[in-house]
Amino acid sequence: MYKVAYFPGCSLSSTAKEYGMSTELICKDLGIELVKIQDWSCCGATTAHITSELMAAALPAKNLLWAEKQSLPICSPCSACFSRLKLADIDMKRDARLRADVTEVMGEEYKGTIEILHLWQVIQKYGELKPKKELKGLKVASYYGCLLTRPTEVCPDERIEDPQFLDNLVISLGASPVKWSYKTECCGAAFSLTKTDIVHKLSGEILKDAREADADYIIVACPLCHSNLDARQEEMGLDFRIPVLYFTQLIGLALGYGYSELGMMKHFVQAKGLLNSKGLL
Amino acid sequence: MRIVLGKEQIESAFKKKVEILSNQRILSCYQCGKCSAGCPIGYEMDYLPNKIIRMLQLGMTDDVMKSKTPWLCASCQTCTTRCPREIDVARVMDAIRIIAQVENRSPVKEIPIFNQIFLKSVEFTGRVFEVGVIGAYNFFSLNPFKDIPLGIKMFLKGKLSLMPHSAGNLRGLFKRVREKEKRSAVSDQLL
Ligand code: SF4
Ligand code: SF4
Repeated sequence: MYKVAYFPGCSLSSTAKEYGMSTELICKDLGIELVKIQDWSCCGATTAHITSELMAAALPAKNLLWAEKQSLPICSPCSACFSRLKLADIDMKRDARLRADVTEVMGEEYKGTIEILHLWQVIQKYGELKPKKELKGLKVASYYGCLLTRPTEVCPDERIEDPQFLDNLVISLGASPVKWSYKTECCGAAFSLTKTDIVHKLSGEILKDAREADADYIIVACPLCHSNLDARQEEMGLDFRIPVLYFTQLIGLALGYGYSELGMMKHFVQAKGLLNSKGLL
Repeated sequence: MRIVLGKEQIESAFKKKVEILSNQRILSCYQCGKCSAGCPIGYEMDYLPNKIIRMLQLGMTDDVMKSKTPWLCASCQTCTTRCPREIDVARVMDAIRIIAQVENRSPVKEIPIFNQIFLKSVEFTGRVFEVGVIGAYNFFSLNPFKDIPLGIKMFLKGKLSLMPHSAGNLRGLFKRVREKEKRSAVSDQLL
């Protein structure tokens, strides 16, 4: 069993419930024990870092400190949370003054001794993935978005302009990754509520490119990307629909879990018809 | 247009604040334009990201403060990743937004309103309470019916809760951060 402190993030108890459900389900099979951080609190998401430098480090630090005390690595399934946790860690290591300020407001020092991972990294490095079902005939567009791989420091081992890990995962499950150009383009996440027209344009282009590449599904690893690509899809005036799944749900299907166990009925664009027609449910 | 550059432009106090807050050296930009070429929001901006950097170099404080560009930045990190001079442009945009909010000079209203509501939710419940944040944001941005149909569908799918999930409040932490910031701002003559 690989033990890791689990930081679900605010979206996983609301708009991305199904991401949480599928994550908890598959981690059991993969030999990963998710230890919930006691009273975990918001990482500050898209707002703290444009409002206050100290707040942007202190909010993640509260959760990092908990994990450090248990001597556990910490992971989040949300790309935005992962990015804020990791950047706070990098900033406190680079800037002694910021670190001292954080220590002062927190009342204890974060030493920076723990590993900070996105859920996919945990699964890739430590998961024992033994698919029960081959997802044959499924054409999948892997969408990485921004914060999973950028800036370089958060994900130093990857090809930043053309990352491969989700595509490799798709292959290992027996499905086929499509080649497309929008895998790392921005969906407009920060503007979901404040500048929705930007989201419609950016996310609409991502969906169109996936469609042109003939993908059946898009997979994502972030709740903000998911709600823009899925829940807002019908607002975009497109003449097609493309289901958007969490990568954990794709793994779940290969492990033999059912549609509702994986929370797939919670999506706005349903994947059921297509999955049925491929004999995968 | 001929611009005469004096010490006061090159060493403007505003540029210095931005440099300290972002931990970047604005003068190392050589205006290759790569940041702007990859910016997904460039089409909406009044000045492209490389121009904002140039304007900071030239000490054009008011023009930078009035520009919508920093407020349209989605923090996608593309510019930061690609800059050949290793300038963290996204963080420069953050610094401009922080200063504008502290000085109450932001040219757009909705994003600071959203930030404040969002962070209030975190301060009082430790987490984000979506229904409260959306409701309060719509109210204060004078757009009370925005996203209501979407919200209802989300609610029916069991994705939105009408009660906050609390992790205990963070009022103490927020208070200490505010006090600390006030003290360091005074000692650095930053703000
Ligand atoms: S990419 Fe870097 S060097 Fe080039 S214009 Fe932008 S900030 Fe300047
Ligand atoms: S971080 Fe902001 S300025 Fe930089 S490319 Fe993205 S949206 Fe443009």
